[in-house]
Amino acid sequence: MNIVVCAKQIPDPAEPGALDPQTKTLKRDGKLILDESDMYGVEMALQLAEAAGGGEVTLVSMAPDNKVDGLRSGLAMGAAKAVLVSDPALAGTDALGTAKVLAAAIGKVDGAQLVLTATESSDGYTGTVPEQIAAILGMPSITFAKSIEVRDGTVYVKRQTDAGYDEVECPLPCVVSVTAGVVEPRYPSFKGIMAAKSKPLDQLTLADTGVDAGSVGWGGGGQEIVGIEDAPAREAGEIFEDDGSGVDKIVAYLENLKIV
Amino acid sequence: MADYRPPLRDVAFVLEHLVDLDALCALDEFDGIDADTLLGALEENARFTAEVIAPINRVGDIQGSVHDPATNTVRTPDGFADAYAQYVAAGWGGVPFPPAYDGGGFPWLAGIALQEFISSANMAFSMAPLLTQGAIDLLLEHGSEELKERYLRRMVTGEWTGTMNLTEPQAGSDVGAVRTRAVPQSDGSYLISGTKIYITFGEHDMADNIVHLVLARTPDAPPGTKGISCFVVPKFLVNDDGTLGERNDAVCVSIEHKMGIKASPTCVMSYGENGGAVGYLIGEENQGMRYMFTMMNNARLSVGLEGLSLAERAYQDAYTYAIERHQGRAPGAPAGEQSLIIEHPDVRRMLLTMRSLVEAMRNIVYVTAEGIDLSRHHPDAEVRAAKAEFVDLLIPVAKAWCTDMGVEVTSLAIQIWGGMGFIEESGVPQHYRDARITTIYEGTNGIQAMDLVGRKLGLRGGTAVLELFDTMAGIDAELAAAGPALDGIRVALADALASVRSSVEWTMTNGLADPRDALAGATPLLRMFSLAVAGWLMARQALAAVAVGGDEGEAKLSTASFFCTQWLPQVHGLGAQVSAGAGSLMELSAEQLASR
Repeated sequence: MNIVVCAKQIPDPAEPGALDPQTKTLKRDGKLILDESDMYGVEMALQLAEAAGGGEVTLVSMAPDNKVDGLRSGLAMGAAKAVLVSDPALAGTDALGTAKVLAAAIGKVDGAQLVLTATESSDGYTGTVPEQIAAILGMPSITFAKSIEVRDGTVYVKRQTDAGYDEVECPLPCVVSVTAGVVEPRYPSFKGIMAAKSKPLDQLTLADTGVDAGSVGWGGGGQEIVGIEDAPAREAGEIFEDDGSGVDKIVAYLENLKIV
Repeated sequence: MADYRPPLRDVAFVLEHLVDLDALCALDEFDGIDADTLLGALEENARFTAEVIAPINRVGDIQGSVHDPATNTVRTPDGFADAYAQYVAAGWGGVPFPPAYDGGGFPWLAGIALQEFISSANMAFSMAPLLTQGAIDLLLEHGSEELKERYLRRMVTGEWTGTMNLTEPQAGSDVGAVRTRAVPQSDGSYLISGTKIYITFGEHDMADNIVHLVLARTPDAPPGTKGISCFVVPKFLVNDDGTLGERNDAVCVSIEHKMGIKASPTCVMSYGENGGAVGYLIGEENQGMRYMFTMMNNARLSVGLEGLSLAERAYQDAYTYAIERHQGRAPGAPAGEQSLIIEHPDVRRMLLTMRSLVEAMRNIVYVTAEGIDLSRHHPDAEVRAAKAEFVDLLIPVAKAWCTDMGVEVTSLAIQIWGGMGFIEESGVPQHYRDARITTIYEGTNGIQAMDLVGRKLGLRGGTAVLELFDTMAGIDAELAAAGPALDGIRVALADALASVRSSVEWTMTNGLADPRDALAGATPLLRMFSLAVAGWLMARQALAAVAVGGDEGEAKLSTASFFCTQWLPQVHGLGAQVSAGAGSLMELSAEQLASR
């Protein structure tokens, strides 16, 4: 079974990120690494391919400046190949434009039956791209998977909810978004890292994808970022003396947050 | 204690500017490896090490390894066996060893960078792979094909660990006093009997087999170091088909209760309690000491690296605390506000000291490792010989100075943490306690000083060290050409080199007349020589920093400048100690030295 995993390459969250005041977007000119959210999808895909007794895992990504470091990490984990779409014309592309480009790239992967994504990226957080990809490809979409099984052309997903999980099934091909933290992503082995160097990595331009240039880039989006502001500084906490009612106050506080 | 963050950019700076990584990777031996690949591998290793090995450092210190006297087994702390299994699965142990034995074929320099991360993350844990590496090194060089085929592959993968068995109760620094016996058997093997102490990871629960390399004497061996042979003594004998056979007569009868590296079991090994442990001779009889010497440079460099690693970790802890802790009001701060302690000049002095020492140590260790690679693999025999000489001169510096400074920097971290730094809960004292062994094992720092004075200064009749001084002084023109920003460094370095050279020359002249005079001043001389080398490499760092520019260049230049103008001038105060001779040290009788 061939599986595609959408893999976003993002600025290292350990480094202080910076917003470009001109474009009001995150600066992406430095080194990009594989988004941790996507490592769960890569791990899930590798496990599914192993369980199926074969099949390839292909990474699909859109990133500026032909950046491939994050994809190399995924290849080192065990993915067989990668497709990167990189084009100056894609700078500023919004979520829907991104979905169009990724869907086009996925269309170029032979025999892709299952598309895995994260539920959202760790830098953009729109959380809409997986469903948009599914709509564009005309596939069913299942979200927030905590586990995935494939038997006889059908995908069985345990779908995480606030109350527990739903059991959902749907026919292949389909798009499934994987909840962060549901599997333990493997660390690349030294041999895996060395092997990743020579794995196929197709680099496509916007024209190669066939996506209309008018629907991507700064001008192509149906949205505009009108302002950016610093997050408000954290306010001082509430302090009260425990006169014996401390427990009640804590419970009331947590209830208010809908934690208990 | 802050989470360990592998200093990838600092390491990359050294690899890109202090050593010539491209030239190294271009050697035939490293075919298919380029700088990008090497740095990429370091990044993945750094993530693994920070997330898997570092988190069990503290629990390792608290629990320690525990010996069960009923079974003579050792249980390592929670998480160690699992982390080691992951380390083996990832294949990190074999990176700097030949592909012929399933290694990664990377330069030793790459292995040193990996080792920096693992030793910073968890020094006690790192000792299992480190000792294995030493045993591999010796077997590769001197083992027969049969021994290599039987043992090496699974040591390179890390499935089996290795140990080095030198020390006995009466034979510490004086290895020639070894008494363990090896009696030849008709099948070509030997029966080993005796007691070895201080055997790192001599017994543990992380691997299926342990390959002990043991120094022992055959029945007719000459006395002293000339009569020592080296044997492979596996915990489990290995069958012809590679499976594990009988349990050998080699057991861990107890482990030491130590000041630091508590998770690393330091074992008392008893060989031959039940008739004799089966051992296999490495190379020829009576050549054991010579074989040990071939791996000694690598082992000593690795211990010097531990000084760097712990200093780096301690610096991270100190910095993290200094930007969080408010105390007092720094000069110029608004009234009524507590300042961050990083704003206090004296805390800055400590941080700058730590940071510049860490960078100086890293420069020394990595440049020496590059020298080891070139001395082994450069196509030109003259270059190989010159690099071997350079490494010989720098090994006592890397081992002794980096470990002395490791103790200094880990102590400063405690100082910056103040009262909390004295509390074990902070995690900061562990680095200091762990660092304290590094000045002792693998040849005490006093022995390193004797090595410099007794062996290294005399290389090529004294010409080798004087040529190194010429090389170091040769940087003056480059510094002058780089502009006034480097003037302070240039002047301080030139003054220091003149002062150190004069002390070295004094020792070479007077040491011949009376070796006691040379030995009396050996430790201060090694300190002076180390500072000179460190200052020279810091000047090279400064040159690179100017070329790199930007934020990173500014930081590297500033620490290099701090080191050369404020730390390096110590050399001027040490000359008197070097040239005082042995007279004042030996003047009093041993009885007169008693307290009264």
